[in-house]
Amino acid sequence: MCRSTKYQDKLRFLLLFSRQGKLRLQKWFVPTSDRERKKVIRDMIMLVLPRQPRTCNFLQWKDLKIVYKRYASLYFCAGLEEQDNELLALEVLHRYVELLDKYFGNVCELDIIFNFEKAYFILDEFLMGGEVLETSKFAVNVSMEQADTLQEVTQHFHHSFILHSLTLCLSVPLCVF
Amino acid sequence: MDRRYLGFQPTECECWRGSVKQRFIFSKYKHYYRAMSPSVPLQEMIRAIRSARTQCEERGVIQRECAAIRAQFRQTDNGGRSHNLAKLLYVHMLGYPAHFGQMECVRMIASPRYSEKRVGYLGAMMLLDEKQDASLLITNSIKNDLSHSNQYVQSLALCTLACMGSAEMCRDLAPEIDRLLRSSNSYIKKKAALCAVHIVRKVHELGELFVPSARSLLSEKNHGVLHGAVVLITELCERSPETLERFRKTVPDLVQIMKGLVISGYSPDHDVAGVSDPFLQVRILRLLRILGRNNEAASDAMNDLLAQVATNTDSTKTVGNAVLYETVLTVLDIKSESGLRVLAVNILGRFLLNNDRNIRYIAMTSLQKIVSTDHNAVQRHRGTIVDCLKDQDASVKRRALELSLALVSASNIRSMMKELLIFLSSCPPELRAQAASGIFNAAERYAPSKRWHIDTILHVLTTAGGDVRDETVPNLIQLITNTSELHCYTVHKLYRELLTDISQQPLVQVACWCIGEYGDLLLKGECQETEAVQVTEDDVLDALEIVLQSHMSTPTTRGFALTATMKLSTRITDNVDRIRSIVSIYGSCIDVELQQRAVEYNALFKKYDHMRAAVLERMPVIQKNSLGQTNGELSEEPIKESQPGKVKQEETALPQQPAGQVCDLLDLLGGSQEPLQPSPSVGGSASTQLTAAPTSAGGDLLDLLGGFEPTPLVPAPTVTVYEKNGVTLTLSCEQQSESGLTVTLTASNSTDSDLSSFTLQAAVPKSVQLQMRAPSRDSLPAHGGAKLTQLVVLNNPNKVNLKMRIRVSYTCQGSVVQDTVQVDSFPGL
Repeated sequence: MCRSTKYQDKLRFLLLFSRQGKLRLQKWFVPTSDRERKKVIRDMIMLVLPRQPRTCNFLQWKDLKIVYKRYASLYFCAGLEEQDNELLALEVLHRYVELLDKYFGNVCELDIIFNFEKAYFILDEFLMGGEVLETSKFAVNVSMEQADTLQEVTQHFHHSFILHSLTLCLSVPLCVF
Repeated sequence: MDRRYLGFQPTECECWRGSVKQRFIFSKYKHYYRAMSPSVPLQEMIRAIRSARTQCEERGVIQRECAAIRAQFRQTDNGGRSHNLAKLLYVHMLGYPAHFGQMECVRMIASPRYSEKRVGYLGAMMLLDEKQDASLLITNSIKNDLSHSNQYVQSLALCTLACMGSAEMCRDLAPEIDRLLRSSNSYIKKKAALCAVHIVRKVHELGELFVPSARSLLSEKNHGVLHGAVVLITELCERSPETLERFRKTVPDLVQIMKGLVISGYSPDHDVAGVSDPFLQVRILRLLRILGRNNEAASDAMNDLLAQVATNTDSTKTVGNAVLYETVLTVLDIKSESGLRVLAVNILGRFLLNNDRNIRYIAMTSLQKIVSTDHNAVQRHRGTIVDCLKDQDASVKRRALELSLALVSASNIRSMMKELLIFLSSCPPELRAQAASGIFNAAERYAPSKRWHIDTILHVLTTAGGDVRDETVPNLIQLITNTSELHCYTVHKLYRELLTDISQQPLVQVACWCIGEYGDLLLKGECQETEAVQVTEDDVLDALEIVLQSHMSTPTTRGFALTATMKLSTRITDNVDRIRSIVSIYGSCIDVELQQRAVEYNALFKKYDHMRAAVLERMPVIQKNSLGQTNGELSEEPIKESQPGKVKQEETALPQQPAGQVCDLLDLLGGSQEPLQPSPSVGGSASTQLTAAPTSAGGDLLDLLGGFEPTPLVPAPTVTVYEKNGVTLTLSCEQQSESGLTVTLTASNSTDSDLSSFTLQAAVPKSVQLQMRAPSRDSLPAHGGAKLTQLVVLNNPNKVNLKMRIRVSYTCQGSVVQDTVQVDSFPGL
């Protein structure tokens, strides 16, 4: 993993994997090579899956703190720097689940499998560079709705509006349909 | 497939899809179906992959799909470009190679359509990193998109830059980001702030650029922007002390913002279980910590606020505890007043009592950090911490162990040790070694009495003998010899242990040694400190023989047992024959080390019976600092003051071995030229045992040698190392190779009488290998008639500090004289 200075406190990565060890989402907040990523994923799965139900949610792995939480069939696993607040990291994970739930409506693992790109988009509205970007649940949902609508509009009119109307469309502030 | 919802209420409307047992949850998508529709081809592919029954089948499906995707990529423009890239990204997440999609990402990012840009940027974040060449190609697109008229396009660019922007890209785009920091759009401002954070992390010098904007962002009302501003300021302050100084002025503003959050009413937007925007609160607290560190004025300014947060925050839920935790960390790090510190430590104490394991773990981690500075405060919570040793969770146990060991002091040593020993007997295996060594350290520092100390060590050896370090045995032996008043007690206790269990090797080794040394006290049948055992000599010999013969005993242990048996020959009266027979049996033992000992003891019985009593006398007290002096490589052993026996080589501090004359031994072993080389099969390198503080005779000689400073500039190739009673010994050495060295010892006799049976023995540090060649003669005629030379070949692969002990022994006018000298410096080295 990329070596950080003493004071950087942020997330290094966020992984979602199932009880069978299948990866559902991976977000890396530091530059990591493909080989390293695979190794970290393997290690996390091996570290977290055998944990008993009511044990501590915090682990020590190399120089990182690992915070994980199981929601139904998915494990949410985050790697933190030394200085980070683990309890807050648990809240971050919980907030992300809440956002997913609000968006998909009673989210389950299948949603994240079949709509993984949405899960990433939601994550990108919530976290950025390993830090919390938006602390309000509503704001994240509003942004997602608006962005989705924009996507839909541009897709729907894809042929006719390519050159001129597109720019026109994009500059008009959109509201929810 | 597990369709359980992630902890929330399940919905009713689901439908099953024909014969394929997979669920499509349509109704939920009512509101968002429009947005979902482009993904249908993607979902078809996902379904196809998931219905593959074997890995091989899955690979087949994926290969077909990838071929189709590649074909699609080559087409210029079709409506489904984003679907194809999304499919590729899914395949990538399963672990298959997807590098051929990199250029497609670049193309998609450059597309004017938002739908394509969105997936393109996602692809860039997943497939590209700063090391790929393709990432440079998107710099221009990012630059253009940063000034796009639509904020969602801008946001894509900002997000991607913050995710995988390289240093060059950051330098290139930093001014643009600074401009965006001043825009009027909160959505863009908050993203620009975190993007700036990334830039500062990548290129530290650019921090200066963002200082003014960061400062002004603090007056924002939007929480997202405020949060981003606080993170940015934190980053800037951590990077540069000058910037830190400048931002200290913001402490009152930060305090004001915090106060607003803490005492404000319920705000549905930011509330989490009764705490208003915990994320922002924690970040502000962290910034305050950095600003208040080592600064009285700043710490004063935030004192009241911290007290307020500490008392007002609801601690029933995790989120409240997260804020409290950060508050405690801040209080303990700044120059807070003592009342506040006590409050903080008390909060940690409350955490320790919390039912939630996470909170207990956190508390102990924090207490560990302050145990040296606020020792007394932490001591107050010792009871709770010790209780945590009994927790089920291994992480909690580990923290509790570390903290407990740090809390041991002279006043609580007895009670703490009790708890630690209980812990040791039931602790998980990975913690045993740490616990054992921690206990030893604590015992050594704070032992209230010698007897307690010995008891504690014995207890540890009984419970966790397999996990203690090697030097425990010699340390314990030394402790026992030094406690002469407890010899009787110790030997009784150890004898009893030996009868119950001989599986713990360190314990058995110490027990054998003690029985050998103090067997007479055992047989006397009376003891002040403990109940005496009534044993006969046979019982004791039985016990030792069981150890000798047991398959559980390691070769070292058996060596101990054999030596102990031999020593008993002078301490008992009736069964000496039995000992003789044991010793002679082992003369043909397969283990060469045991065989060697047995043969030597045999020799002691036969030829040197007159010496036996003196040789096997009681050991003197070991000097405390003579153990493990030189890099832990030399293990010293005690030497009898009056009776210089021959030095034998062992692996650990074993008692001196009696032996016959070197020359006779040479004959016995079939003319072997290496009397001082132990067999390599006995687990160790060619190590030697050096005697401890040299005999009084040698003491003056050391003064003689005091002038020899080990400098490489000593020109004289030969040096006199010993000169006494007319006997002179000189030494010269020659470097043969990288690590090889030949030392020539020359002895001469200037007295009036001949010296016969003149022998030299040498011992060197553990890692050095030694070979003594046969001496040129074995007697020295009077008046320097002839000189005796002996070659010693050394190999010093580890380049350790070379020292050598030489024992001189000869017969002069019928009496045997022995002497030792230590050579610390070698001429010409």
